Amino acid sequence: MSTVLAAPRTWRRREGLRALVWLSPWLVGFAVFFLYPLAATVYFSFHRYDLFTLEFVGLDNYRYFLTDERAFVSIGNTLWLVVFMVPAQVLFALGLAQLVTRLKAGAGLFRTIFYLPSLIPTVAGTVAFVFLLNPATGPVNQLLELIGVTGPDWFGDRDWSKPSLTLLGMWGVGNTMVIFLAALLDVPRHLYEAAALDGAGAWRQFRSITLPTISPVLVFSAVTGVIYALQYFTQAMIAARVASGATDSPGSSFTPGYPEMSTLTLPQWLFHAGFRDFSMGYACVLALLLFAASMAFTLILLRRFRAFDREVS
Amino acid sequence: MSTALATRPQAPASRPRGRTARSVRGRRILYWIATHALAVALAIMFIGPLVFIALTALMTDQQALTSQLWPRSWNWGNFAEIFERSPLLLWIGNTMLYAVLGTVFMLLSSIPVAYALARFRFPGRRAAFLAVIAMMMLPPQVVAVPVYLIWARAELTGTLWPLILPMLLGDAFSIFLLRQFLLTIPKDYTDAARVDGCSDFTTLVRVVLPMARPAIAAVALFQFFYCWNDYYGPLLYASTNLDNWTLSIGLASFKALHSVQWNLTMAATLLVMAPVIIVFFLAQRVFIEGVTLTGVKG
Repeated sequence: MSTVLAAPRTWRRREGLRALVWLSPWLVGFAVFFLYPLAATVYFSFHRYDLFTLEFVGLDNYRYFLTDERAFVSIGNTLWLVVFMVPAQVLFALGLAQLVTRLKAGAGLFRTIFYLPSLIPTVAGTVAFVFLLNPATGPVNQLLELIGVTGPDWFGDRDWSKPSLTLLGMWGVGNTMVIFLAALLDVPRHLYEAAALDGAGAWRQFRSITLPTISPVLVFSAVTGVIYALQYFTQAMIAARVASGATDSPGSSFTPGYPEMSTLTLPQWLFHAGFRDFSMGYACVLALLLFAASMAFTLILLRRFRAFDREVS
Repeated sequence: MSTALATRPQAPASRPRGRTARSVRGRRILYWIATHALAVALAIMFIGPLVFIALTALMTDQQALTSQLWPRSWNWGNFAEIFERSPLLLWIGNTMLYAVLGTVFMLLSSIPVAYALARFRFPGRRAAFLAVIAMMMLPPQVVAVPVYLIWARAELTGTLWPLILPMLLGDAFSIFLLRQFLLTIPKDYTDAARVDGCSDFTTLVRVVLPMARPAIAAVALFQFFYCWNDYYGPLLYASTNLDNWTLSIGLASFKALHSVQWNLTMAATLLVMAPVIIVFFLAQRVFIEGVTLTGVKG
């Protein structure tokens, strides 16, 4: 008996060492690509740095931030995406998933069709949407014309550019839909049957049974959606480039955000400040802001994972 | 659940039985028609963009300037022309290099880490997992400046290596996903292997890997497509060097750089999309199961 008890203890002591060996590549990666850069970002934010000269400037970069109108425009645009695009995507994905669960014929086919666009490469999808929505020859405005509606200028109009990006986002919502679909199919059927016997209508069933059961998945998708919206970069940049006709060739000084800074997001402005203007110290101020925002939402996720861990182990 | 929603026998009891049954059936048919009509309408909207891309890709230059939607003649030569106009083969080669090496390196480094996180008990196990999540959720732009400087010092900016080499140190998202899957493998299997005298390494290769095949296939596909689609990374490191452009960088400036019409731009767009769509239809199950794994187990 005693040997059986002793064995796990020696295993456990050695297990710490073994874990260290197995995790070592990742630990190096975490130090080099997370801990060090974060510390360096804080350090650079107090300096003026253009790849060649490094000069301590105290709080100058932070003071400049307060006067940088474009930084505030970009923060406003990123918040717009968080407030409008993310809920639109989550609700649309939930609606699609609900619809697929109710289909008696072809549910698998429809799931495939709704999922497919989410795989389309981001650049290709965005270029395609700029074409589809272009006011001169775009099919969408042609079709709107048929029913007597004059379509807007979409990516060329400052008021329509972010809604256009939202449409693009809703087209690629398949990932979230598949996650919701799995969650909806996990809801025990007998709950609905019991509720129906008690005379609960469709809305009542959704509110009292579906929503509470799938709410963890809903929260997970909403939080990751917000974190991705904070990083929103490629679609906005491509849409602005293609719609404005600007080139991406080396050395060109294309200012993102076409039209009229309406698609300029915080990560784009950070990228522009750091790697096009080479104000790397200032870019680090913007980076810290982005870090604070995404960390706040990551903490919500971490709390959920702790709960999940307790269930498993 | 759909039947429970469709049949609500709530008609007043005073009505004749036959009529109630008929109205219930009528309502059920109406419900069937309504849901399927909605699904078809939405499906058309989801497929529509792809159809218009394909139609435009086959138009002549002149027709692409008009507002006609249906090609007058089918110009398959457009696909040959985009290869002549731009170094598409070079872009494809660079993209493949990035995607293939990135995926292989990621698998080599991430599987052992995920296995250790899921199976070993050691102090700091939870902290290590939280670090994975924190890194997974970190916007890449936050650490861009110092990381760029690391690669500048190594004189590797202007190439794709700053995107490929870090994959040797593990990818947070893949580690996370693999770990979630490995946790669901009952411990009895690995314990049995240990009792039989297997080392950690042989246990991983002989026992765990065969059982984890679906999850490994999913992370490999996700990683491959992530690299294939990546725009931000190549833009930051490789866009200053025309020899190292990837498909996404090339496509992003295709229209302006080659001063071409929408027809050729859409042909190039279709070409970038095609491999993804083909692989999806070959491995649909892997995708759907992988996506489900990211959400539900979280």
